[in-house]
Amino acid sequence: MSDTILVVLEQREGKLNRVSWETLTAGQALAAETGWTLEAAVVGSGVANFANEVAAKKVAKVYAVESPKLEPYTPDAFSSALKQFIESKQPKLVLMPHTYQVRDFIPKLATAMGRTAISDCIAYKKDGGKLLFTRQMFQGKLAADVSFTCDAPWFVTFQNGAFRGDKAEAGASPAPVETVNVQIADGVIRNKPQEVFKEAKQAVDLTQAEIIVSVGRGIKEQKNIELAKQLAEALGGELAASRPICDSGWLPMDRQIGSSGQTVAPKLYLALGISGAIQHIVGMKGARTIIAINKDAEAPIFEISDYAVVGNLFDIVPPLIEEVKKAKAGS
Amino acid sequence: MKILVCMKQVPQKDAPLKLNESAAWIREDVSYEVNEPDAYALEEALRQKEKHGGEVVVITSGPPRAQQVLREALAKGADRAIHLEDNAFVGLDALNTARAFAAAIKDEAFDLIFTGLQSDDYGYAQTGVVLAELLGWPHATIIMHIEKSDSEIRVKRELEAGFFQFVDMPLPAVLTIQSGINKLRYATLIGIKQAKNKPLRKVALAEVQSAITGNLQKIERLYVPQKTKNTEFLKGSAGEVAKKLVDKLRNEVRVL
Repeated sequence: MSDTILVVLEQREGKLNRVSWETLTAGQALAAETGWTLEAAVVGSGVANFANEVAAKKVAKVYAVESPKLEPYTPDAFSSALKQFIESKQPKLVLMPHTYQVRDFIPKLATAMGRTAISDCIAYKKDGGKLLFTRQMFQGKLAADVSFTCDAPWFVTFQNGAFRGDKAEAGASPAPVETVNVQIADGVIRNKPQEVFKEAKQAVDLTQAEIIVSVGRGIKEQKNIELAKQLAEALGGELAASRPICDSGWLPMDRQIGSSGQTVAPKLYLALGISGAIQHIVGMKGARTIIAINKDAEAPIFEISDYAVVGNLFDIVPPLIEEVKKAKAGS
Repeated sequence: MKILVCMKQVPQKDAPLKLNESAAWIREDVSYEVNEPDAYALEEALRQKEKHGGEVVVITSGPPRAQQVLREALAKGADRAIHLEDNAFVGLDALNTARAFAAAIKDEAFDLIFTGLQSDDYGYAQTGVVLAELLGWPHATIIMHIEKSDSEIRVKRELEAGFFQFVDMPLPAVLTIQSGINKLRYATLIGIKQAKNKPLRKVALAEVQSAITGNLQKIERLYVPQKTKNTEFLKGSAGEVAKKLVDKLRNEVRVL
C-alpha cells in the first residue's frame, strides 16, 4: 500500500476556487517526486459535481466528503469532517491552498490531530529522504526550508501563485469518485455565519487595467498621492495602493492590491514606495513587467522587479512624469 | 469584558537582517517593535473595554527585551501584563507557544482572547487558532469589526477580494484581528507614567515546561532568497533615471 498525498480542494460560491488547481499541480509534482499516490477531496454539501470536475485530472481517486452540516463553511464542521476522513484514509501528506478559509481551520484541524501545519509555502525540496517546504519569512526578506519532526499526517498549505493552476495535468480517463458521508454531532458547530457580501460598490476594476501605478507607505502623506496620480494619468493607467494606504483612508478600499484586495496581472506595475510585503506581492506578482522605486536597497519588492530604482521617489517621479509626457507628445 | 491580547515582539520592518552562525535563525542585534497586527488587536481590546467596561490583559513570550511590548501596551491603557520570560520561547512553534499561553492563563476567566492575524516575522497565522482548539473555544479569523450582544458577539470576517461575512459566536471565543480594523492610539505621558505601577507578572519557562514538547516542525535552514528574476537596477541622477525608465517603457515594456 503506497503512501498517499491528499489534496483538499476548496469550493465556494458554486465553483471550485481557482487556486485549488495550483495545489493539485503541487500534488502532482510531489507525487512524481516521491512515488506516492495522489488523491483529492472536496468538502461540503452536495459537492459531487466538483468531485467529478477534479476526477478529469491526473489523480488516482477523488472523494466527495459530505454532510449537510458542511454548508455554510464553519471551522468546527470542516475540522470535524476532515479529522474523521483523514483518520480513516491516513494520507502521509495533506495539501491545501493558503486561502483565508484554509487559514481559518487548518491550524485547528492539525492541533486536534496532534499534528502541525507548515503554512504559506512557495516550494518544496527533497533533501535525502526528507521533504523540506520552503516559505518566506520576515515579510519576504529571508527564506526558510522547514521539515516535519513529527509523524504523518503532515499538513502543508501553498501560497497563491506558487504553482500554476493551468499546469494541472489531465488524466487519461476519469478517476473513480467516492462519496464519504461524515457525521458531525449536534453542538459541534458553534459559529453562525451569515451571508457573504461585498462592501463598497466597486467603482474601479483594477483587474482590467493594463498599467497600474501603485503607492505604498513610502508615499508618506496623503497629499503626496497626487504625484502618483499624475504619473498614472500621464501613462494612461490606474492608481492603486498597498493595504496600509487604504487602511488610513488615503485611497478607497477598491484601490487595494493584495491578498485582501484585488489580484492583478497588468502589462506594467509601477510600485512607488512599496516594500513588497507578502500580502501585497501575492496580489501583483503576475504582472508582465514590474518596476519598483524604493529608498531601501533591501526591499523585497526588488526581488520580483524587472527594473529597479533605489532612490527617493519624490526626486524621481516628477522628472519621470515630464519624460513620459514628452515621449507621448511624440518627441 | 475580560480580554486577553496576545502580543509579539518582532524585528523592526526596515531592520537589516543577518543570519546567525548556524543559519538557523537571525542575529538578534537588531531593533525590535511590536508586531503590527497585534497593535491593532490591542487597540480593539482597549476600545471594547471603553465601550463595555472590564479589563484588558496583555501577554507575550520571549526574552527580557520583549517586555517593551508589554510596557507600551500598559501605557496605552491595558490593565496588567504577563511575560513568559525566557530566550527559549523565541524558537517555539505556534503549537507550543499556544500551549505555553494556555498554561500561563489557566487560572484566569477571559471572555475574549485576541491575537493579531499573523506575525510579521514567521507569518504562519496559526497561534490564535491553535489556542482556540487547545482551550476548546470557538474562534474566527481576520476580523474587521466586533459587536457585543448579550452573551454573544457578532464579528465581521474579512474574505478575499473585498468580500466580508458576519458571524455570530458565543463567548468565550478567540479572534484573530486584521490590520486596519481601527486607528492606533499613541500612549500619553500620563499613560506611560501609570504603566510603571501596573502589575506585570513574570512566568518562568519552568512553570509551563510540562505543557510543552519539542517542536513538531523545524527550520532546517534560513537563507537569503535566491533571485529568480534578472532585475536591472537603473542608476544615475533623478533626471538620468527618469530618461532610462522612459526608454524601458517605450522599447521594452512598450506602453509608450
